[in-house]
Amino acid sequence: MLVSTKWLKEYVNTQELPPAELGEKITRAGIEVDAVIDRSEGLANLVVGYVTECVKHPEADKLSICQVDVGGGEIDQIICGAPNIAKGQSVIVARPGAKLPGGMKIKKAKLRGEVSNGMICSLQELGIESKLVPKSYAEGIYVLPEQAEPGTDVLSYLDLDDTVLELGLTPNRADAMSMLGVAYEVGAILEEDVRLPEIDYPEAAERAESLLSLEVDAPEANPLYVAKVVRNIQVKESPLWLQQRLMAAGVRPHNNVVDVTNYVLMEYGQPLHAFDYDSLGSGNITVRQAKEGEKITTLDDTERTLSAHQLVITNGTDPVALAGVMGGANSEVSDETTTVVIESAYFAADSVRRTSKDHNLRSDASSRFEKGVDPNRVIPAAERAAQLLAQLAGGEVLAGSLVSDHLDKQERIVKVSPDFINSRLGMKIRLEDMLDILSRLKFKTEAANNQLIIEVPTRRQDIQIEEDVVEEIARLYGYDEIPATLPRTDATSGGLSPYQAKRRIARHFLEGAGLLQATTYSLTSEAAATQFALEPTETTRLLMPMSEERSILRQSLLPHLLESLSYNTARRTDSAALYETGAVFLKGQDELLDEQEHLAIVMTGLWIDHSWQGEKKAVDFFVAKGIVEGLADKLGLELSFERGEMDGLHPGRTAFILLDGKRIGVIGALHPSEQKKRDLKETIVVELNLETLLARETEALVYTQVSRYPTISRDVALVLSKIVEAQTIEGVIRKAGGKLLKDVRVFDLYEGERMEEGKKSLAFSLKYFDPEKTLTDEEVNAVHEKIIHALTESGAELR
Amino acid sequence: MEARLQELKNEALGKIQAAQTVKELTDVRVAYLGKKGPITDVLKGMGKLPAEERPKMGALANEVRAEVTESLDAHMVILEEQAINEKLQSETIDISLPGRPAKAGNPHPLTRVVEEIEDLFLSMGYEIAEGPEVEKDYYNFEALNLPKGHPARDMQDSFYITEDILLRTHTSPVQARTMEAKGGEPIKIICPGKVYRRDNDDATHSHQFTQIEGLVVGEDIRMSDLKGTLSVFAKKMFGEEREIRLRPSFFPFTEPSVEMDISCFKCGGSGCNVCKKTGWIEILGAGMVHPNVLEMAGYDSKRLTGFAFGMGPERIAMLKYGIEDIRHFYTNDVRFLTQFQRTEL
Ligand SMILES: [Zn+2]
Repeated sequence: MLVSTKWLKEYVNTQELPPAELGEKITRAGIEVDAVIDRSEGLANLVVGYVTECVKHPEADKLSICQVDVGGGEIDQIICGAPNIAKGQSVIVARPGAKLPGGMKIKKAKLRGEVSNGMICSLQELGIESKLVPKSYAEGIYVLPEQAEPGTDVLSYLDLDDTVLELGLTPNRADAMSMLGVAYEVGAILEEDVRLPEIDYPEAAERAESLLSLEVDAPEANPLYVAKVVRNIQVKESPLWLQQRLMAAGVRPHNNVVDVTNYVLMEYGQPLHAFDYDSLGSGNITVRQAKEGEKITTLDDTERTLSAHQLVITNGTDPVALAGVMGGANSEVSDETTTVVIESAYFAADSVRRTSKDHNLRSDASSRFEKGVDPNRVIPAAERAAQLLAQLAGGEVLAGSLVSDHLDKQERIVKVSPDFINSRLGMKIRLEDMLDILSRLKFKTEAANNQLIIEVPTRRQDIQIEEDVVEEIARLYGYDEIPATLPRTDATSGGLSPYQAKRRIARHFLEGAGLLQATTYSLTSEAAATQFALEPTETTRLLMPMSEERSILRQSLLPHLLESLSYNTARRTDSAALYETGAVFLKGQDELLDEQEHLAIVMTGLWIDHSWQGEKKAVDFFVAKGIVEGLADKLGLELSFERGEMDGLHPGRTAFILLDGKRIGVIGALHPSEQKKRDLKETIVVELNLETLLARETEALVYTQVSRYPTISRDVALVLSKIVEAQTIEGVIRKAGGKLLKDVRVFDLYEGERMEEGKKSLAFSLKYFDPEKTLTDEEVNAVHEKIIHALTESGAELR
Repeated sequence: MEARLQELKNEALGKIQAAQTVKELTDVRVAYLGKKGPITDVLKGMGKLPAEERPKMGALANEVRAEVTESLDAHMVILEEQAINEKLQSETIDISLPGRPAKAGNPHPLTRVVEEIEDLFLSMGYEIAEGPEVEKDYYNFEALNLPKGHPARDMQDSFYITEDILLRTHTSPVQARTMEAKGGEPIKIICPGKVYRRDNDDATHSHQFTQIEGLVVGEDIRMSDLKGTLSVFAKKMFGEEREIRLRPSFFPFTEPSVEMDISCFKCGGSGCNVCKKTGWIEILGAGMVHPNVLEMAGYDSKRLTGFAFGMGPERIAMLKYGIEDIRHFYTNDVRFLTQFQRTEL
């Protein structure tokens, strides 16, 4: 909502406050002023000029040489390029030394050999947005609608010596979508009364009913309809003050009839519509639900097909307007119009909202009906329009109105006790201060039996319950006056749940291990949605995505994390290791999705880069596996790994991660073709179901006594077939080793050329230990022999 | 014999002084004091002496031996020290060479902000509540006093999956769910999480972003409690000198509703580009829980009242760290992420 402070003064005394200060007061009281716009910004030295002569420039088709009376008996020659320039016009002249927005300065100049003492201006050149300039002047200079004294200062003459406040209205403050509504708000803040427009105009002897009949077939969707008939009007340009007020309010002037309806809309917040009476052709207005498939061409020249739940205004047979949204082209006011029907109505909010949404058509009218207009302004707005048409279009207003009225216009009563108000606020506001605030708001209030009985004006549809009154009192009393206290609730322990605490532990572990935490989008493309998914399900698509790239909910964190890696390597960050925790979205039993929190890791490039001491190591499967194992240790879990395959991963370098034999994750090297596609070098990925990992209750930690007996080591080197896995051999060793074998560890792997084809050498370090005594060589040898026997039995050769 | 001993002594002392290294000196020791050395030889020859001269010569030989030993030991200390110094000299390294980098990752800046807020409220006895990102229209809107067709629904264009299921547009449904689950009991929670709105991604908009909200419900919770709580938050998060100011606003789920500004942490209130010359920075929205919201979750709004507040970690991080484009949070440029490594304490 754009509020001209100059116009606002007509309804309320703004106490000569500078606009910025007024804006600040409005903001602090509850309606945010988003911008304070000085309409004269950058303008200087502009005067009214009168074109006494205008001839074509001999050297240039498109230029005219004008002699312009700029006041003080001075006639200046000005060259003008506008197509609509003509002798006898009153125009805006920027004289040499004048300033225009954007820092442009006007100087005396020569154009194709002819002197030009300034410039004749369009409204756009004065900083008015093109979409607000009347269509007839959109391509040229602005011609003042009335003769004006040459030399007059343009800023005051055009009301550009004005500051506009741009209000950012929240949906509850529909009352402030009008100049009068804003006046009431400002009046309450400044403790000033509001002056309503005085409505007084001569009525014709003939009654409106003699020309028009009214029928409302849908009183629920249209509980109040008022029609007035004005005849003998002359459609023309509106006077300057009206055009300027509309432009200040962000509305483009058209002609006096349309402008009057828009002016009253801005003034009262009540949308009006004007029909050309003769085009109706029936002398009848019938409001009814549309017929399914019925058609109407609206004022924006769009043909629209209607549905039965939409409300239309008809001439008894055909639709002439989409009720509360937009008029029809068939009954539009034109220059030839002589008789108009003014419609002022109350259309139900949900009906308008639905229609407007169905047709994707929002207008100043629909946005007000949707939020609910003031039932008590429907009739005054019609009267105000009639008055202005009589004044500005020479119209003759027929006596009376056609009215169909089923609307409840009663003020709402809200009862609230002063104690309630103070207890909600934590304050001690005195009763008389509350009463003062309510009277400033023009809420009629009675105080009786420790209760305020408040009659809320119908313009304030947002005040419905006690808490609404609490807010009105608080905002005008001042939020700065509220003390700062802390809740007096019983002490709560609060704290993280075990799950949340463990998630933090996991995160800190991963960060400590050298991974950067990343965050990616949950929405992805069809192709990426199920790639790398541990348990892919049917995908979930948005009804109305913004793009295909962000249309489906992800089932794995990896595709976007890999995109992040590619993003980095494309920017010459060759080494990166990222992790993310976040939800994946699977189709479940419930109507909601099965959201699971996952953890994913991606790494590429160098893991260790310390080359001056000869240390350089690229990421590989085992770097990532070590991190996963470390995480499991941290969480007190035992994971196992099982060779596996997954699309997009290297078939020989992929394993599933198991917890209690259940698959909860995957670890692997990216498939070479996938690497190539993503422009990545060797890249390792991990994805784990974090929820399963963290949901597990961890065992209590019990200390094991540190033994005073020594551990004895023995190594064993084996030659094995390449396909035999280390964990299989480890299993054989552990089984044969029994209680005395404390630990088994791989310490060497050799697969080089000194080995027979298809063989490898694997060496283990075994640790023997007895918590009760020092083991003798004989005891150790006995077990070790047993292990070696078992190993050879299983096909391993001793090296 | 006596002369021979004196000669040997002088010879030995001369060689001791001449020795340059530990090894040379050790050789001297072996040469003169060893079992096959000349002094031993002299002593062996004592048998030929008359018995009465033997003690005198024995004493003299021991004297010579002691004197040589003493001189040798003293010189040995010096040479050993010298040797150590030479070794240390040869082992000197260039301490200006870079160290082996310790592996260290760090949290995402949004996590950093969220955790800081979480920790602050955890210390005040709050719990952390979480909920689904794909939510029912009921919890996202209806339970929050936003019935179907409510004009305020325009404020947040949503990603619907079906007519009744959508990506949550705020973390408030977690409040509704928690209230429903607590069945009328007092509540003190913080709800962080991801939310989604139908916005085109640009420098200041993101279709996915994070929110963190708080909710307190109990007997006699007042607006002053909200103000006090937010004031503690603002000071802990943005500095002790911060002041807060509340401005009336509107949210369907609170009444009264406010927006909170803090005095600018960059200029302290005198006006700068961070606060757009106003001295104040808008940080969060808040209010007293609307009675409809309480009633819908089964609370007696006459007996229990509450307050709620919500803010955007992206906005806070952008203000705090001077980040100019919200998309940085989601592109995961390593050069961006690694900047949030160090502490600010
Ligand atoms: Zn500042």
